[in-house]
Amino acid sequence: MIETLAVDLAWGWILAIKTAVVLSIIPFGALLLGYVFLLKMMSHMQSRLGPMDPGGFHGWFQLIGDGIKFLQKEDITPEGADRRVFALAPAIILVSTFLVYIVIPVGPRLIVRDLDVGIFFALAVSSLSVIGVLMAGWASANKYALIGALRAAGQLIAYELPLVLATVGVVIQAGTMSLQGIVYAQQNGEIFGWGGIGNPFILTQIVGFLLFLTAAQAELTQTPFDMPVAESEIVGGYYVEYTGFRFLFFFMGEFGTAFAFAGIAATLFLGGWSVPWVDGTAADVLGPIVMLTKVMLVSFLIFWVRFTYPRFREDQLQSIAWKYLIPLSLVNILVTGILKVAI
Amino acid sequence: MGPENVVFAVIAAAMVFSAIRVVTTRNIVHAALYLVIVLAGIAAQYILLASEFLAWVQVLIYIGAVLVLFLFGIMLTKAPMRGDNDLDNDQRWPAAVASLFLAGVLGTILIDGYGDVEIAEPEKIVRTGDLGRSIFHDWVIPFEVVSMLLLGALIGAIVIARRD
Repeated sequence: MIETLAVDLAWGWILAIKTAVVLSIIPFGALLLGYVFLLKMMSHMQSRLGPMDPGGFHGWFQLIGDGIKFLQKEDITPEGADRRVFALAPAIILVSTFLVYIVIPVGPRLIVRDLDVGIFFALAVSSLSVIGVLMAGWASANKYALIGALRAAGQLIAYELPLVLATVGVVIQAGTMSLQGIVYAQQNGEIFGWGGIGNPFILTQIVGFLLFLTAAQAELTQTPFDMPVAESEIVGGYYVEYTGFRFLFFFMGEFGTAFAFAGIAATLFLGGWSVPWVDGTAADVLGPIVMLTKVMLVSFLIFWVRFTYPRFREDQLQSIAWKYLIPLSLVNILVTGILKVAI
Repeated sequence: MGPENVVFAVIAAAMVFSAIRVVTTRNIVHAALYLVIVLAGIAAQYILLASEFLAWVQVLIYIGAVLVLFLFGIMLTKAPMRGDNDLDNDQRWPAAVASLFLAGVLGTILIDGYGDVEIAEPEKIVRTGDLGRSIFHDWVIPFEVVSMLLLGALIGAIVIARRD
């Protein structure tokens, strides 16, 4: 392999660069999803005129305008609020988002840390955000915020199980939990003896893919699973009392996590960064582009559903998780396990 | 003193401080949040011992599920914003005696078992694959027994909680 891009650096510098890159990917991903899907796609699908107007061409100024608006808002803490917990809650959500990015590979060498427990790590740290949500809802001293936090906790507990179980099929097939290992397993796989494009696990794990996307939709509290933040019922749920920059933290957390989950889905089921017949430095260059394309594809599915369906009721929400998704994912694991041993 | 010991001491100090705050704080939600720090500290100690998988199991199960249920339960029944003076009761001294006794027993066992044996540095991080092989191959019978026990406890809880 030609090491054209290799530069020798002390470990402290490498750590600093990796941290800076991940820290810049979160707002970048959040803004990208917010711009492309929330503003443009939704405007087209639902005939919304507002976001298409500012700045002239296609409303390009809307997001920048929103950013300026957030920055000049007053930073308000409600009088009865628990100040320390109130201030800490958005940070916990962002830290949880930040940690998920550590194990997502975008090239043969472009990964913060290829942990052996990979996917398990990502799901474990993403579950930390629930603590942040509960802290935000309670510390706001607002009943709508508290109701929103309770709805969020009930929903996230229920959908974490199918989310974790949906990935088990992929782990069984790949024989590893490392996301980099899963990419290589797909790259080196064969479809009925033909190894031309490897074997993306969406072909064999289509059930797992659909389960993962459904559960991720609920984890991200996107419509139709948006009961915790339902504006028409509880005026925004757990972040109702947050203003300005702190509200922006929640926005970043939500869309940054959506970007990360789309990345995990792309890695687990669509082959991640791998490009057929390309490796070495070329893969390092092409990988991020291919990965971004796949991430946008998965995000498109998430937001397509978000803009299309109405909200579920609480009882429907719980019965979908416990009566359908979890049994289905257990059957998926069983069948995958049997086929793995038999073939 | 190696760097591991320094890190251990820092984490342990944070854990002890938070553990004391769990029982001394007047606000029950704060107590649960301090417990998060204690449990996160345990996960950090597992990482120091090169047990990566166990550390993230700790995070997923204890912080991601058990403590979320704690907080959920507290907030669903009552979510006091102000401190609550009813949290204290007159079990202070028996509790102190019981915890001192427990600390004594555990300390004695550890010192008796290991004494000043220098625990060798782990040669490599425990791979998840090896862990799985050891659970489902070498220790499969104890694993299944524990599973049945937990299943029995679950069914028992449902039976007790059911009204009809």
